[in-house]
Amino acid sequence: MERLKNNWWKFLGALLVIYSVIAGLIIEVPQLPIIEQTIRNVFFHVPMWFAMIFIFLLSVVYSIKYLSDSVLKNDIMAIEAVNVGLLFGSLGLITGMAWARFTWGAFWVNDPKLNGAAVSMLAYFAYVVLRSSVPDKHKKARLAAVYNIFAFVLLLVFIGILPRIADGSLHPGSGGDSPFAVAKMHGHMYLIFWPAVIGWILVGIWLLKLRIELRKDNFNN
Amino acid sequence: MEIQHIKHLLKKDILIEWRHKYAFNSAILYVIATVFISYLVFSNSIDALTWTALFWIIIVFATINTVSHSFSLESKNRYFYYYTISAPENVIIGKILYNNLLMLLLTLLTYLIFSLFFGSFIMHTFLFLVVLILGSFGLSSLLTMTTAIAWKAGSSFSLTAVLGFPLTLPLLIVLIRLTNITVAVDISTEILKLFLTLLLIDVIIIVLAYILFPYIWKD
Repeated sequence: MERLKNNWWKFLGALLVIYSVIAGLIIEVPQLPIIEQTIRNVFFHVPMWFAMIFIFLLSVVYSIKYLSDSVLKNDIMAIEAVNVGLLFGSLGLITGMAWARFTWGAFWVNDPKLNGAAVSMLAYFAYVVLRSSVPDKHKKARLAAVYNIFAFVLLLVFIGILPRIADGSLHPGSGGDSPFAVAKMHGHMYLIFWPAVIGWILVGIWLLKLRIELRKDNFNN
Repeated sequence: MEIQHIKHLLKKDILIEWRHKYAFNSAILYVIATVFISYLVFSNSIDALTWTALFWIIIVFATINTVSHSFSLESKNRYFYYYTISAPENVIIGKILYNNLLMLLLTLLTYLIFSLFFGSFIMHTFLFLVVLILGSFGLSSLLTMTTAIAWKAGSSFSLTAVLGFPLTLPLLIVLIRLTNITVAVDISTEILKLFLTLLLIDVIIIVLAYILFPYIWKD
């Protein structure tokens, strides 16, 4: 019982993800030209980005924490969060590219949101490279934390402001529309979409905890 | 932040550069060589859009090339000395000011050399100069910060580029779009929004550098 009390959110996350996968494939969706059945991808592709941003935010929080108290545990949280975030980012790119191929005709198109995604991934891969170039643990942690904060704030500008002043995005939601109005997400689709987002975020945190525990085991042996 | 300290640090950097003339001369040669190569490739097929893209790409590479040496010119011992006599905020502001001066000069010269080979497509020169100044300010400040990180990490040039490139992209996109406005006859109404974004990015870079540099500075 004690175990269930502490780990309920893992079950919740897993349940929500399983629910969103099953329900996302079987519910009725609006039939739109070109998009047609691929609209179901909204339950898989979009939650990846929500989860990635959330996990990267978590990483920045731990980087700030590290800079203020110099406890290495916070740095380990930051790097593992980046690793998990990169996983979600890659999944988001793959699902997005498949979707783009079938609706826009190419795997990659010139679109502000795609550029934002690509640049975020590049910046965080640079973060990983930076870490591997410094041998000293505390110095590594400090430099990485500084870069993490620096990069995250600039990426917020890139993802948050630039698409709004761009020529227009192929993604729904640009040009002042609410993000889902154009995708014509019907009421019952939200009943799957938001649980999927929460589910994937919880699974992401679970993954993060597992990775941290793996590290601890490596330390002890 | 003490103005006196910053003044002295800035003066010191300028003096070092004046005696060696290393950074500036190599940067000028770099710019001439890249412009000439682009001239050989693009001379027959250049239009306004290619012009702006080429121009800013050359500026970005020249900035990375020049700024990435800015910390490694002096020995580590001397930085210990600075560490004891001044606050990190002064050091980074001094460095940023110095790099800005250097890059401003270099950017204007690049524009001249570029116009010499390709001709100028700029319709609104004053507007373009403002974009140039704000742009080189943002680029050199941003790259000063990533250079500081790479310098402390022990590997200077390639790491500066790897860390800097993804972060220069937001700036670069705004700059290219602003320049595209200055080559058109009619000034687009978008210009105000773009200028505000450019200013915002510049301010964010300076504030972040000011807050975060002390953590890089201490060893």
